[in-house]
Amino acid sequence: MSSKRKSESRRKPKIAVFKFASCDGCQLSLLDAEDELLAVVGAVEIAYFPEASRTIIKGPYDFGLVEGSITTHSDAQRIQEVRRQCKTLVTIGACATAGGIQALRNWKDVDEFIRVVYATPQFISTLKLSTPIAEHVPVDFELRGCPINKLQLVELIAATLVGRKPNIPTYSVCIECKRKGNVCIAVTQDAACMGPVTQAGCGAICPSYDRACYGCFGPMESANSASLANHFHYLGLPSDQAVRAFRGFNAWAWQFRKASEESERQ
Amino acid sequence: MTARTIRVDTLARVEGEGSLYIKMMGDRVSDVKFRIYEPPRFFEAFLRGRHYSEVPDITSRICGICPIAYQMSAIHAIERALDVHVGPSIRLLRRLFYCGEWIESHALHIFMLHAPDFLGYPDVVAMAADHRDLVEKALRLKKIGNHIVSLLGGREIHPISARVGGFYKVPPRSQLQELTRDLEWALQTSLETVEWTSKLEFPNFEQDYEFVALRHPDEYPLNEGRVVSNRGLNIDAAEYEDHFTELHVKHSNALHSIVRGRGSYLVGPLARFNLNFDHLPTAAQESARKAHLTPPVVNPFRGIVMRAVELVFACTEALRIIREYESPSVPICEIPNRAGIGQAITEAPRGILYHRYAFDERGLILTAKIVPPTSQNQKRIEDDLREYASHLVGWTQQEATWKCEQAIRNYDPCISCATHFLKLTVEKEP
Repeated sequence: MSSKRKSESRRKPKIAVFKFASCDGCQLSLLDAEDELLAVVGAVEIAYFPEASRTIIKGPYDFGLVEGSITTHSDAQRIQEVRRQCKTLVTIGACATAGGIQALRNWKDVDEFIRVVYATPQFISTLKLSTPIAEHVPVDFELRGCPINKLQLVELIAATLVGRKPNIPTYSVCIECKRKGNVCIAVTQDAACMGPVTQAGCGAICPSYDRACYGCFGPMESANSASLANHFHYLGLPSDQAVRAFRGFNAWAWQFRKASEESERQ
Repeated sequence: MTARTIRVDTLARVEGEGSLYIKMMGDRVSDVKFRIYEPPRFFEAFLRGRHYSEVPDITSRICGICPIAYQMSAIHAIERALDVHVGPSIRLLRRLFYCGEWIESHALHIFMLHAPDFLGYPDVVAMAADHRDLVEKALRLKKIGNHIVSLLGGREIHPISARVGGFYKVPPRSQLQELTRDLEWALQTSLETVEWTSKLEFPNFEQDYEFVALRHPDEYPLNEGRVVSNRGLNIDAAEYEDHFTELHVKHSNALHSIVRGRGSYLVGPLARFNLNFDHLPTAAQESARKAHLTPPVVNPFRGIVMRAVELVFACTEALRIIREYESPSVPICEIPNRAGIGQAITEAPRGILYHRYAFDERGLILTAKIVPPTSQNQKRIEDDLREYASHLVGWTQQEATWKCEQAIRNYDPCISCATHFLKLTVEKEP
């Protein structure tokens, strides 16, 4: 090994954290990993992370974490530059992976939305749709959740640093619920639970707190949303409620989008 | 006379996207723009047509730093519309839930976002290299706040258990008591933090503020109280829009709030401390007195000490609640089916947060209005900068820029919140 390559292998990977339209909660998850934070930041060079640091080190970066969805013309251009700057690009959270709660505009007239919130609509520049990052640039991995699970984030960073596939399950919340020994509220209480079609990762929190899952981790890999929509219909759930069940924090993810639009037609 | 421009395109260590622009001629400031460029997300628009029971889950997504504030203001506004009154145990649990968020949010801001300014580091990671003990303490404090939140709400960010009428599930008394030892450590650490922050160096900068905060007859405010100010305001949340208004300015995606007929005002720890000092627990009052701080404190840079005093409050209050709490027989009270209009204001870590909802007899939202603390402070931040920049004439460009950023961070601005609905540039030409 030449001496140049040796010094490169010792160089700490440069990490950058970018934000688009979002609540900041997913990047905060990194600061919330109190037990792991100092170890993680010790293993990398934080090159760009405005929420935590004034230091801005220019790209290219080894590893970029992207939070938020694309909702403006300038952000649609910025994500192209971010992609060019990052060797590995990972999106974190429901906004970045599915358009987020702000994708509810995608079924409405955004100009009317601007008039509802702002007195002088001509000052506001926004796109008609809120879209996930992968609709704009190739993405190397998508970490789901609204918000993401901080331990999954630490696993993702650790795996990426050593070049292995992260151990992030793609099965449904039902599996986590069974493992916790919860009594199924969908079966015993006829609850309109989104667990069967929602990807695991939260630890089945809602059913553990006696409420139906509301799908904040988005559709699991092979979600049969149509079947769950039929089940909601069979339970006697009014169709507007079924539409809203699928139209939450991951409304624009195609499996949920299709189910909400079909429920709307009924 | 020299012209100077200070500009910061991406403000660091604030929550969300903002920038600063200041233009000066000699010591005269000709233009200040604290700009919020965080893209609009239109919460007030897409809440329409949702059921009120979904509102706390949706509004929590306005802010990942203070989701509980958004849940609490939403829930209280809706309960007022329904004329629902929760029992004493639920009321106590909500206060405890909020204390958890205050501890987490204040610890994050004091140590990880604001302290690096005072100690001269770009960030907490660089600070940790020289002050590892301090950073480890900060992380433990933050974790204790987060632990309260996740115990009551299922997780730290966007917790899931709070609802209109109560909680989905409440913890047994024994589970809360497990927090006691950690909170006793947190209280001791908070007292040390008041002492430590009070010895930092503060610029000599005092302003004549209108402070606005909630005031409760006998408690330091969290979820309840009237809106009061040091200029005679004393109103119910339902009268908020009669006394405050929002202006839409071109340079910002956040609306600027003013007191009608007067102008900018200040919300948050400094306002709460000045208006509610008598309701702070004895330990918090004594720690402030020892640091020679009694109302009125009118130097915004001392906000970091006020946050530490509020950490003492939040830990003391959490310990009190854990001692007094008896779990209720049912976690939720009965909710009538009816249409309604309701307003509520609660004290988010950064200041008062106003919500108003109108819904029909099916419970579907007709209109929603949300005024977050940062949009209320936004005009006051610009007013501070206009004054403060004129003090910085002899400073180098780099120092002046950093000082102006610090002046903004005094307010712990949460830009994600303010844009539903911020960019810093200081121009200085040779």
